[in-house]
Amino acid sequence: MTSEDTPLLELRGLHKSFGPVQVLRDVDFAINAGAVTALVGDNGAGKSTLVKCISGIYGHDSGEFLFDGRPVNIHGPRDAAALGIEIVYQDLALCDNLDIVQNMFLGRERRVGLVLDDDTMEQLAAKTLSDLAVRTVKSVRQRVSSLSGGQRQTVAIAKAVLWNSRVVILDEPTAALGVAQTAQVLELVRRLADSGLAVVLISHNMNDVFAVADRIAALYLGRMVAQVKASEVTHAQVVELITAGRSGNLGLPPENGSSSNADNGVES
Amino acid sequence: MTNAGTTQPVASLTAHVAAYWRRVRGGDMGALPAVLGILVLVVGFSLARPVFFSATNFANLLFQGAAVTVIAMGLIFVLLLGEIDLSAGYTSGVCASLAAILMLEQHMPWYFAIAIALLTGVVTGLVLGMLVSKVGIPSFVVTLAAFLSFQGVLLLIVKQGQIISIQDSTILKIGNNNLPIWAGWVFYGVSIAGYAGVQLYRTLRRSAKGLTRDPMSLVALRIGALAVAGGVAVYILNLERSFNPARTSLRGVPIVVPIVVILLVALTFVLSRTTYGLHLYAVGGNVEAARRAGIATDRLRISAFVICSTLAAIGGIIAASRDNSVSPTSGGSNVLLYAVGAAVIGGTSLFGGKGRVLDAVLGGAVVAIIDNGMNLLTESSWIKYVVTGLVLLAAAGVDALSRRRAAARGLS
Repeated sequence: MTSEDTPLLELRGLHKSFGPVQVLRDVDFAINAGAVTALVGDNGAGKSTLVKCISGIYGHDSGEFLFDGRPVNIHGPRDAAALGIEIVYQDLALCDNLDIVQNMFLGRERRVGLVLDDDTMEQLAAKTLSDLAVRTVKSVRQRVSSLSGGQRQTVAIAKAVLWNSRVVILDEPTAALGVAQTAQVLELVRRLADSGLAVVLISHNMNDVFAVADRIAALYLGRMVAQVKASEVTHAQVVELITAGRSGNLGLPPENGSSSNADNGVES
Repeated sequence: MTNAGTTQPVASLTAHVAAYWRRVRGGDMGALPAVLGILVLVVGFSLARPVFFSATNFANLLFQGAAVTVIAMGLIFVLLLGEIDLSAGYTSGVCASLAAILMLEQHMPWYFAIAIALLTGVVTGLVLGMLVSKVGIPSFVVTLAAFLSFQGVLLLIVKQGQIISIQDSTILKIGNNNLPIWAGWVFYGVSIAGYAGVQLYRTLRRSAKGLTRDPMSLVALRIGALAVAGGVAVYILNLERSFNPARTSLRGVPIVVPIVVILLVALTFVLSRTTYGLHLYAVGGNVEAARRAGIATDRLRISAFVICSTLAAIGGIIAASRDNSVSPTSGGSNVLLYAVGAAVIGGTSLFGGKGRVLDAVLGGAVVAIIDNGMNLLTESSWIKYVVTGLVLLAAAGVDALSRRRAAARGLS
């Protein structure tokens, strides 16, 4: 496990534009193993784009990726997966008509010759779920269509963890859930980090963010305006960072500074 | 046969029954409507026309239902993806008449003719699949266009409407002859032993690994039920069916039965035990999830159309053999409707993601029984069409309603 000082994944000076629209400007972003980093920002701030750049779905115009302190290139989803970066999308990407085991291994099935090795997959899936202390699922052979929203989210997260992943990015995992299910999922998110994974939590919900996040990274109009410890900021400050890009001495300088000054607020 | 949702390694028989009942009530009816339909229809027709319940008619049913069942098996692959192939009927006609004309005019041996018919099916499926997945035309439109143009191709092959008779004795045997008595029993024995072996092996292996498994009583019940039903069927088929046994003897299991059973086993294996089959279900369930999982959805789509058209070619050959000829109506009229009906009545969903090869056999039986029974019941064919149409509508209705029910339950 990496020490808390060297980030597991670090992005430096990331630029990304779609034609004339600059979506990400000089973004620095660091994720530590064993910690939950909340990525917050208003709609259109660039959260999804940033995540898609990390996962290799989008290319980037310029910028550096450091994984475990070594520079790496991510040119496609396979590169990201090879590094152990897994993403749990908002719309879950589960097949309702398949059971939990089939969903968790979809596209990466174990086989014996031509035949699916159902038994091994079932054992591995059950083990992963029990390692995550998931007790809400009755049988791993249940169809996903019979699961509740929270259980589905759990399966989607477990699917991401199954592959010896080191970075798990969760896109709004609690957006569609009730109170009890949100608590379940947040507990699971916490356990992922405690087991040594680097977890990125994208969320609009400040309660969720402060409930589990160790660090908070705020995007504002494509710029990373602050990366701070969650214990060092208040609700109100984070909301200000999201909506105005600055809060007190955090974030963008008061006057319209150049983009190089924009990162002065990044510390901790 | 999947396990029920219980935490004990061995679910009791009663727990199984309860879990099954819960699934049925939750909208996952499986084979239940088809099985009930078969029972009701058989009882009803037997009471109305006692001749329906005879060995001769039982054999007739199998001969009549085989072609549609095989075409329906192919359609299930396409339906699993949420697509449709409206041209499967005429594909079967085109492929069969191609084989017939090659044998008649080019004196081609039967195996070459069949190979060319199958190849035509493969190419047809390839073209349809490409148009659907690569060009992006809805399969409904692509195959409707093919449905029309294949009628023309069929007319061209059979020279503007002649009836081309089939003289090759091997081809004729497929749809008309029976297995010898002993071969019927050997086939029965091998099938039951194979099924029992697979069931027992799976149960013991899962038990050894400490996974949930079905109780032995249920496994024994399944094997026993199949053994009894199969045994009775083979016994009845081995009875003398000829009106004048002194001149010609007519007994034994129709040759189409082992053909259908072998296709059933092979295709069921593909769908339920291989990565390919699993990916078909995945694409039918959620294309986006499948794509993100790295599944080549386009290739999968094309392959499903290839399988569908190839099985249609096989079905066409069986039908041509039964009719002893091909004509401009081969594979036309109600063949496609019957095949789609068979799949849907059997429990395959028109919305994709749900279906088994067994559905084609069960649904094919329902369709064949209706067709056969209505012929015995009435001279007027209009009733037959109306009834078959209504049954198809009812099956599609059950499909749609069970989906809604399952969705309502799933969103808790």
